Amino acid sequence: MSQATVMERTPAARHFVASAASSVADGSRIGFENVSVTYGALTVLESLTLTVNPGEIVALIGPSGSGKTTALRAVAGFVRPSAGRILIGDRDVTHLAPYDRKTGMVVQNYALFPHMRVEENVAFGLRAHGANGDLIRKRVPECLAMVGMSAYAKRYPRELSGGQQQRVAIARALAPKPQVLLLDEPLSALDAQIRRSMLDELAKLHRDLPNLTVLYVTHDQSEALTLANHIGIMRDGKLKAFGESQSLFRHPPNRFAAEFLGRANLLPVSDLEPTDGQMARVRFGDVTLSAHNYHGVAASGDCLLCVRPHDFRFSHNAAEPNTISGTVISVQWQGDVHCITLNIGGEEVRMTSAPMSSPPRIGELISVYFNPAEVTLVPEDASHG
Amino acid sequence: MLVWSRPWRIAAWALAVPLFLIVYGLPVGVIILASFSGQWNDILPSNLTLVHYAKAFRTDSYDALRASLLTGVIASAAALVCGTWAALALRALDRLPKRILDLFFFIPSAVPSVSVGLALLVAFSQPPFLLNGTAMIVLIAHFILISAFTYGNVTAGLARIPADCEQVAESLGARPFYRLRRVTLPLLLPYLVAAFSLSFALSMGELGATVMIYPPDWVTLPVKIFALSDRGAIFDAATLATILGVATLVVLLGLSRLSTKAMTR
Repeated sequence: MSQATVMERTPAARHFVASAASSVADGSRIGFENVSVTYGALTVLESLTLTVNPGEIVALIGPSGSGKTTALRAVAGFVRPSAGRILIGDRDVTHLAPYDRKTGMVVQNYALFPHMRVEENVAFGLRAHGANGDLIRKRVPECLAMVGMSAYAKRYPRELSGGQQQRVAIARALAPKPQVLLLDEPLSALDAQIRRSMLDELAKLHRDLPNLTVLYVTHDQSEALTLANHIGIMRDGKLKAFGESQSLFRHPPNRFAAEFLGRANLLPVSDLEPTDGQMARVRFGDVTLSAHNYHGVAASGDCLLCVRPHDFRFSHNAAEPNTISGTVISVQWQGDVHCITLNIGGEEVRMTSAPMSSPPRIGELISVYFNPAEVTLVPEDASHG
Repeated sequence: MLVWSRPWRIAAWALAVPLFLIVYGLPVGVIILASFSGQWNDILPSNLTLVHYAKAFRTDSYDALRASLLTGVIASAAALVCGTWAALALRALDRLPKRILDLFFFIPSAVPSVSVGLALLVAFSQPPFLLNGTAMIVLIAHFILISAFTYGNVTAGLARIPADCEQVAESLGARPFYRLRRVTLPLLLPYLVAAFSLSFALSMGELGATVMIYPPDWVTLPVKIFALSDRGAIFDAATLATILGVATLVVLLGLSRLSTKAMTR
């Protein structure tokens, strides 16, 4: 029996059959149009405008209370915006009930139904949409196979490890072929090793389902950088920065983005003087340095030089261009890298390097340099962030 | 120190066990012994007999047991349905109306049962609400007295259900009734069983209101026990009290097994 004929009871069921007939979920655009969420006098999300294009993974990152989960829950329908519109595809879903939005959601604590076996959990969304038994029997094994949980179909959630439960939660969310997948800190409850392997699996899953649109909320920048096409950085209910992941990492538009995404060194520099193309010369203490002026920081404005810890390299010649010298404050061996903290002109500067057999000693004066194309100038905003 | 040191543990047990035996074990033991007694003129009873039990299952005492069990089951079931409904409905309300209604639902637990009995007697003794002299007035009294406990138990259970489970169910397309049937109520089952058990136990022992309103054809076991002891038929009263205790215990044990099964899923 074809999928299109197995469940034609209700309009919702017919719609579901049509979408289930495709071999992979066709993702839809998620649009936030000036979305605000307030609780009394407290604004937890302020005029958020953001688009997640079909097939993209957009990660929202930020510290606790930044509004990232509120934004995700507004898409899911569990938070009602006080202003603005939320679109899924071309549909305005702002005032739709959560069960009419066709989203799949995975949450931090998995939220598997403890009274149902794994296969019943995965079938839940299909049954809720009125799917026929034939379709359920076909789709549930497919989804379990997709997350490598076929052997656990008959188990109860309490008989699974955290990572296995999260895989089932992902299979359950994908089973009804949602238009968008909402992931709310899905790896936070897992230990570091399982988190890394789940991250790889999520990346593989998206390679297998390239049309699936994903909104991913996390406070872990490495998850965002690994998975997301675009990253939004939130703070105090506002979107502070948004951009393509690599670009945002290399050229953060403000101090907060630079510090939150990758813990960059931010050196206060002055006397900005444009040179060729997007390059500029600046003064740091007595030293003249070259850097990429990606954001076109005006010559008159205060600015910061953003240098990632791994962009510093040891220099044997203090007279080399873009070389600065400082005293070693601390040296930490972290297995795959050495982390060295320097005091350069009163600023604490962190650098990382490949493990060394004889790392610099604390108190030693050393010189480091960087490639000007790899560092960027960041405007110093009044709020520091 | 009390927990970890051996002498203190022994001292605690030495205090707790006699206290338990005197306050709880002794009265129950005396009732059970009395139910088998032909005579009791000394420290222990003499002429042990089963005649009181034979009488209990032959006379109108059996009708009283039946009335008690039916009252307990019907009133507890009604209280469970209403208490669950109220608890679910109140979840969706804002803080202030929720607190006001919460207080309102708990009022019956603060009113003495005698007052409830008197109130029902006055309210339902005139047309068009003439229920005086019917079994219905007893069922209503029991429902009023136990509903607050049922509501309280279900509310506590609802607070412990992870909100994420229900929200994920909704995001998967479950409409409210489907979500209630497939997710909320199954997760709530252990608390529903506990609420029913407590209600049933309370109803089985209820006397204060029932003694004021019971009709002649719906005498509950506690009323019968009270009447027998009032007439001086202590051994017969003790027999019915034992039967009442055993019947309640059997039902509660059955419910407890159901609850354990639901908990360990």
